[in-house]
Amino acid sequence: MPEEKASQARGGYFGPYGGRFVPETLMSALAQLEREYRAAMADEGFRAEFERCLREIAGRPSELYFARRLTEHVGGARIYLKREDMNHTGAHKINNTLGQALLALRMGKERVIAETGAGQHGVATAMAAAVFGLRCEVYMGTEDIRRQALNVFRMELMGARVVPVESGQRTLKDACNEALRDWMASVEHTHYIIGSVVGPAPYPEMVREFQSCIGREARRQMLEAEGRLPDLIVACVGGGSNAAGIFAPMIADEQVRMVGVEAGGRSMKLGDHAASLVAGEPGVLHGSLSYVLQDDEGQTAPVHSVSAGLDYPGVGPEHAYWKDIGRVTYTTCTDEQAIDALCLLARTEGIIPALESAHAVREAVRLAAEMEPDQIVLINLSGRGDKDCNEIAEILKRRETKES
Amino acid sequence: MTDLSDNRLVKVFSELRAAGKKALVPFLTAGHPDLQTTEAILIDLERRGVRVAELGIPFSDPIADGPTIQASYTEALAAGVTSQAVLEMVRRWRAGGAGLALVAMVSYSIVFRCRPEVYLRSAADAGFDGLIIPDLPLEEAGNLEPLAAADGLANVMLIAPTTPPRRRVEIARHSRGFIYFISVAGITGERERLPEDTIRAVGELRRHTDTPVCVGFGISNPQMVAAVCEVADGAIVGSAIVRRISQHKDLPTDQLVAKVGEFVGGLLEPIA
Ligand SMILES: Cc1ncc(COP(=O)(O)O)c(C=O)c1O
Repeated sequence: MPEEKASQARGGYFGPYGGRFVPETLMSALAQLEREYRAAMADEGFRAEFERCLREIAGRPSELYFARRLTEHVGGARIYLKREDMNHTGAHKINNTLGQALLALRMGKERVIAETGAGQHGVATAMAAAVFGLRCEVYMGTEDIRRQALNVFRMELMGARVVPVESGQRTLKDACNEALRDWMASVEHTHYIIGSVVGPAPYPEMVREFQSCIGREARRQMLEAEGRLPDLIVACVGGGSNAAGIFAPMIADEQVRMVGVEAGGRSMKLGDHAASLVAGEPGVLHGSLSYVLQDDEGQTAPVHSVSAGLDYPGVGPEHAYWKDIGRVTYTTCTDEQAIDALCLLARTEGIIPALESAHAVREAVRLAAEMEPDQIVLINLSGRGDKDCNEIAEILKRRETKES
Repeated sequence: MTDLSDNRLVKVFSELRAAGKKALVPFLTAGHPDLQTTEAILIDLERRGVRVAELGIPFSDPIADGPTIQASYTEALAAGVTSQAVLEMVRRWRAGGAGLALVAMVSYSIVFRCRPEVYLRSAADAGFDGLIIPDLPLEEAGNLEPLAAADGLANVMLIAPTTPPRRRVEIARHSRGFIYFISVAGITGERERLPEDTIRAVGELRRHTDTPVCVGFGISNPQMVAAVCEVADGAIVGSAIVRRISQHKDLPTDQLVAKVGEFVGGLLEPIA
């Protein structure tokens, strides 16, 4: 596979980034996970079972969709959408939770835990736990529980327990801390299903591999539809899993430009956004060395985004590497721009994207407008927006009252 | 490179061993409720016979810590305590003639951000004798070990109940000052009893190393201190002390110091 060469994790490192900065208590579990993960990936039986789950449970392959009316509206490059929003449970997160749940079974662990921001990863974990008969607890900040009430209900319907997290800013970072603390005490019988390409090795590499079905399919589908690869791929970046999943299988195709879009929030003042790659600096958070939003003393900074899934002060270490070597460009999109892009896609294509994915839509539309009609832009539409409807309704109402 | 023979931590433990004595290692969160109080408590503890203490550097995301220590970190940070201010306090305290061996418990996030060589040099200059970096396991500690040694700092490493036997010996070989043996898989916080395994495991470890072994996580009363010190060189008590400081933080400083002192005095009794 060509992508292996460009982004091989050397001992859990991507260039200078990555590593395993965790308490000793977790080290043997990470070693076990690494062993089992490598053995599983070398095992035809495991790979076949994973493929079957992706097909029968997630509903893969997801469609590659030519957004004709959006393309006409923009009047630039041809815009395609990789429809991860059409997966079972509504986002790309399921690709990873199926892979990790299979690993949990393989390791003989009967309980899984997860952190969640938007709730999509929590829902995808709860679903996988239900399918495989695992006990499941999901840590979620109380601010996100408020913003994503529908997903809390879905998780509980599927038998998971949602554990409210009151510490810190009560969002994704804090949920991550609590999940790690749970794992410290439960590590013998519990697997921690991390929801993105973050955390200590082998998580960043493993989650990227489980998500790489997105890019492998998209590559094949683009070749079928257009006879060539896209000129540009755009994906939103929270922890970076949907972006890594679509980038990695084409990272060695040098003609393909790649852009990752981070949450620009309210402004680029520290505390008002969640753009770790654009505005952060190298630091250590949640077990790996990568770009982090932090103060001069290494204290993690508060972050903000309208989308709970991007509201995170860190980012996967492989993205840090891709940024430094100049392979991928990272930009931002504000809360307001994301909401406008969401409305635009809804009106032109009848697709309500997740607020996270709307960040990618906005940047792709902006770039496509400057490109030629024979060029191709591919957007990773990482999830659907049902979960965000209440939040969006409130924001649009506030906008109306401001205008009138 | 030094052999750390001048290091206060190393000296204290060899003196204790020579005298057939054990160490009680109290943990305080630096700047909780404020840095002046932390300094006053350190002075009082030394007067009561404590020889080694641990100072937690407040961090926004301490994943190895339970609710009590987390809350103390959050409060200290909210009150504006910075790691630079902690170093200043330690410098002042040392200048006042303090002889305690002092170990910083500090996240690698802070050390890395400040640059390891800079952080270690300033910690040594301020008067710290050792470091415990709970999120810097053996595999990642390679660069730090020579830096610590060059500054005369003991890099104390941790062994967990989940650490496999051979790895325990390997960690013991790298640890300086003492070995921090974590008594339970989990986070810091008070517990009722020590797991039986801990005592056995510490005994086993001591057959492989001459480096002193201290046991921490969950130790909350004199009985547990006594049990731990049957086999180990010392007992580390954190949350039980921090909780008392939280409880009494609104008292005038001298009364708060006395409350903490009384509790630590009780912990010292079984090993007096
Ligand atoms: C639909 C959707 N897209 C993107 C993300 C961000 O995560 P990542 O950057 O790992 O893809 C989330 C996270 O919850 C999500 O739900």
